[in-house]
Amino acid sequence: MSSTRPNQLFRNKSAKIAAIPMIVTALLVFVGGTIWTVVYSFTNSGLLPRLQWVGLDQYERLWTTRKWLVSIENLAIYGLCMLVLVFVIGFILAALIDQKIRFEDTIRTVILYPYALSFVVTGLVWQWMLNPEFGVQKVVRGWGWESFTFDPLYSADIAIYGVLIAGIWQGSGLVMVLMLAGLRGIDQDVWKASRVDGIPTWKAYIFVIIPMMRPVFVTTLVIVVTGIVKIYDLIVAQTGGGPGISTEVPAKYVYDMMFQANNLGQGFAASTMMLVTVALIVIPWAILEFGGSKHRD
Amino acid sequence: MKLTTKLLTATAIVAASGAFAEDLEVMHWWTSGGEAAAVGELAKAFDATGNKWVDAAIAGGDAARAVMVSRLTGGDPMGAFQFNHGRQAEELIEAGLLRDITDIAEAEGWTDIINPPSLLESCTVDGRIYCAPVNIHSWQWLWLSHKAYDDAGLDVPTNWDEYVASASALNDAGKLPLAMGQQGWQQRGLFNTLFAALVPNEVFLAVYDDKDADVAAGADVARVFAAAADAREMASNSTVQNWNDATNLVITGQAGGQIMGDWAQGEFAVAEQVAGTDYSCLPGLGVTELLSTGGDAFYFPVLTDEAQIAAQSELAALMLRPDTQVAFNLAKGSLPVRGDIDLSAANDCMQKGLALLADGAILPDTAQLITPDTADQISTLFIEFFADSSITVEDAQVQFASIIATAR
Repeated sequence: MSSTRPNQLFRNKSAKIAAIPMIVTALLVFVGGTIWTVVYSFTNSGLLPRLQWVGLDQYERLWTTRKWLVSIENLAIYGLCMLVLVFVIGFILAALIDQKIRFEDTIRTVILYPYALSFVVTGLVWQWMLNPEFGVQKVVRGWGWESFTFDPLYSADIAIYGVLIAGIWQGSGLVMVLMLAGLRGIDQDVWKASRVDGIPTWKAYIFVIIPMMRPVFVTTLVIVVTGIVKIYDLIVAQTGGGPGISTEVPAKYVYDMMFQANNLGQGFAASTMMLVTVALIVIPWAILEFGGSKHRD
Repeated sequence: MKLTTKLLTATAIVAASGAFAEDLEVMHWWTSGGEAAAVGELAKAFDATGNKWVDAAIAGGDAARAVMVSRLTGGDPMGAFQFNHGRQAEELIEAGLLRDITDIAEAEGWTDIINPPSLLESCTVDGRIYCAPVNIHSWQWLWLSHKAYDDAGLDVPTNWDEYVASASALNDAGKLPLAMGQQGWQQRGLFNTLFAALVPNEVFLAVYDDKDADVAAGADVARVFAAAADAREMASNSTVQNWNDATNLVITGQAGGQIMGDWAQGEFAVAEQVAGTDYSCLPGLGVTELLSTGGDAFYFPVLTDEAQIAAQSELAALMLRPDTQVAFNLAKGSLPVRGDIDLSAANDCMQKGLALLADGAILPDTAQLITPDTADQISTLFIEFFADSSITVEDAQVQFASIIATAR
């Protein structure tokens, strides 16, 4: 087939040459590093990597360690709540701002500001906000509601939700801005048509506008999900994994194992499991999203 | 030809003199008030040799160790660094990253002066010496605030049982009975202190040295866990994180006591408290008077620059000289590594420690017996145990025994 046309390989020659450094970097650093990590997760590497095979021992230990199981559970709770809430809050804020209100720029900036802060600052700010002696609880009690109690970070059962509050505060501004861009991309004629047909605004949003915003939703989803999986600094700054081990997360488990326990093998096994989890979510999605794209173009 | 000869001569002179001022970067995690004062003494002594101590302090042992190891393995070694000697550095030595300082040790006669000898043994791998021990630290101390007990109208306890008995009265007086930082290493240390003080040494060694899981699951260790549950009860309102913040609660009389190593002594000294009148110290919790002999040591990475190597040698030799030992240990509240120096300037608590050391009432430190991996597992167990009072003593002991069973 290709013999009838110029060789595909040599089309856009300059573009391909320009991409070579990036391709080499990606292969060497990302793929190479990943393979190296997976290989060494089957060894008993301690402080330094060494090739002494122990089979699946590291994985057996991983899945019998309570700290790891708690980490996975926390990531699931945090991830699911974060995903749903940040989308709902972000979209509602965007829809409200899209009502041609006054001072839109100011409000948009104020809501986006938390995103400009690092997770470390966010974590520390909310550690103080949720501290019963300085923060929200103290303020509300000062207003006269003496029995008011709000100290999620000091109770092991709900501490992860205290982290969630900080995560949402930081992340919803970005979602709002992305959604707002999506809403602005909708042709005004669509709105006019829906009004002519007498469709209520909320119905127009759910059945017409949101389906039209699919590309924006996909982009936002990728940004939010990657942020969730790699969560580490927020935990370290806000709770340090405590109280007890109630807010541990997988990335922190990996760090603790590699740099505190001097057990690289265990850390590699944990990071391999994180990779597998991400791959299980991303690969089916990527196939759905991009696999059938050829006939669409 | 002539130029080459000149250059060669010049190099020879530089190499031979060795007295050239050289900047040596020293990494450590001594950042609290007492610790910083102690490290200042070392720096002063080193600067007096004409070299320059470049201070690279990182707060928190765990964070500091991570940075040190990644700089060593990443090929960017510092001049010298502090470590708790024992099994932490094992692999770095095996990988050939650390300098063999046997020649300095022999020239200075370390084998004759270091007491107890186990300190130097911890620095020794296959007959070669890799580190310079600078002090002895022991964990087995109970610090009690006289002010807290006066305020509550109680006598200051003289042992662990009296202390536990006084807890409810302290609570009623609005005092925190036991100050405890919410960090794994502190909670593990507290448990190991109870372990060393409340049951016979054989049990301690059977668990940590022989890794005998049956002993770890037995009745003796159950007593230790019961005491740990008491401690959990007494510290249930303690929310501080850092050990020196907890010590500060004792200094200001807000808390009755704290179980912490002798480095807490440095904080009392900075606050100008007097042992015996402002605070009491009970080695071995007043039950079994003994000390574990862990400590700090300095390691020297393998370097290629001759002048840097010379500066390393000077620093290593200097650290064990009598003057440095006295100045450093008085500031830090730790015990000197040599028994032949005059420490009459030491206060009550340090004198108690020196006496125990002279009597040989000593135990090896857990850092010399178990790997960091095992230590981290035990820490995790106690982080959970102390944060969650619903974990029963029995469950915790079963988990502890299973950690010991898999320990290397």
